[in-house]
Amino acid sequence: MNWTWFHRFGSAPYMYGFARRWAPWFGGAAALLMLIGLYGGLFLAPQDYQQKDAFRIVYVHAPSATLSLMIYTTMAIAAAVGLIWRMKVAHAAAAACAPIGAWFTVATLFTGSLWGKPMWGTYWAWDPRLTSELVLLFLYFGYMGLRAAIEDPQKADKASAVLAIVGIVNVPIIKYSVNWWTSLHQGHTRYLADPDMDRSMLWPLLTLFVAFGLFFGAVLLIRLRAELLRRERNASWVREALS
Amino acid sequence: MSEFFAMSGYAFYVWWSFAIGLGIVVLNLVLAIRSLSSAKQHARRRMETTS
Amino acid sequence: MNNGWPVKTGPLAAARLVAARDLRLAFRKPSQLIQPLMFFMIVATLFPLTLTPELSRLRDAAPGVLWIGALLSSLLALEFLFRDDAVDGTLEQFALSGQSLTWMLFAKTCTHWLLSGLPLALSAPLAALALGVPVEALGSMVAALALGGFALSMVGAICAGLTLGARRGGVLLSLLTLPLSVPILVFGADATRQAIVGGDIAGPMYLLGAIAVLGVTLAPLAAAAAVRIGLE
Repeated sequence: MNWTWFHRFGSAPYMYGFARRWAPWFGGAAALLMLIGLYGGLFLAPQDYQQKDAFRIVYVHAPSATLSLMIYTTMAIAAAVGLIWRMKVAHAAAAACAPIGAWFTVATLFTGSLWGKPMWGTYWAWDPRLTSELVLLFLYFGYMGLRAAIEDPQKADKASAVLAIVGIVNVPIIKYSVNWWTSLHQGHTRYLADPDMDRSMLWPLLTLFVAFGLFFGAVLLIRLRAELLRRERNASWVREALS
Repeated sequence: MSEFFAMSGYAFYVWWSFAIGLGIVVLNLVLAIRSLSSAKQHARRRMETTS
Repeated sequence: MNNGWPVKTGPLAAARLVAARDLRLAFRKPSQLIQPLMFFMIVATLFPLTLTPELSRLRDAAPGVLWIGALLSSLLALEFLFRDDAVDGTLEQFALSGQSLTWMLFAKTCTHWLLSGLPLALSAPLAALALGVPVEALGSMVAALALGGFALSMVGAICAGLTLGARRGGVLLSLLTLPLSVPILVFGADATRQAIVGGDIAGPMYLLGAIAVLGVTLAPLAAAAAVRIGLE
């Protein structure tokens, strides 16, 4: 099998060009799908039988939550790739993921809180899913803090990579906490096979899942370019790329 | 129309959620672009001093 | 020829030597052993002073107070897990020795727990009684604190290794260890609460045990990786 296509991803100038070319497409697709999904969710989907219009918060909350977990996983995988194959680009990608993931964790916590008040009567509860999502935010901060505290960039890359990998245990805890414990938070929702949601409510949500994912891709590619520029200090390709 | 904005009484919660969610989306885009332009600036400055 | 030096090799032998050395060195500086204990006692005392002097109400808060005190004390003690050896170059020698760094760090962490976590668990009854914990619950509480303290040492070792090369490592160490110790705190406090009300402690104790086992198997590996990175 010809692996050269894979190794190209390890080259900083290649990835810089790749990111520059593809970010606008990811961004454009994300914007389009977001508009469609939001229109469907806010205008077309009917009221929920129990929650009436409050259920519409799902259209921001669920994609944010999924993103907070997916970004951490991406970060951990990139970190592992960077450690095992010693790829600077992978470490750069991991660094780029962290702030995005942290923001979406914040979004998840706040939108969840705003949904909790009308539904459960409280802005916050120390139940397993909410608590472990909060822990996820602390893990993101710890990752970024560790990076900032270590002077040598290579050491910072490697040490934060170990931390990201160790912290991955939190992700399955968040995801399965609603199955393992009786929780205030809603239980497992089936989206695809035999869905738990009415179709008219479901399609905007699935659209928004994809839209948010594409948005993450776009922002990641932009931040990746910044990270690559910061790391490749005196490389000749930088000169060309910036002219 | 006002029914839509009222969101069956949940207006405060629904609209603030969307404001926060979409606000964070926009913020991420803005912060990423600023990070890139500052990195480009630093790189250009470094090239000027070394060349 | 054999000039009298021990000829033993292998990871277990190295681990045993490291453990013995750590124990010997620790008893030369007894203040380092006493300080975390004193810290725990003081923290436990602050809660009745700031919350309420009524024992019946303190009893409700006791699991949290004891476990947070144990966590904070353990964070303090983690400072001296690697620091002295990193400063005088011993840690580097361990890494270069060709022996298994994982086993050596496992030994160091175990000894560290013997010197900090275990004494804390054994002296916790004093604080617990002062917080209104019934005498019948003390045994299970000590067991939970000992087990939880062991898990905390394992998790803390990873973070201590990661912060070796960092500026202001002390604060950062706490920031990194706290999120990772949440499950230990949650189950440990739950076990203590069950013990106080006379409920079944098996569930949370098993979970604590599971975390400890996970810690034992994976933490020394991660800590060794972290230390090697820090020493580069």
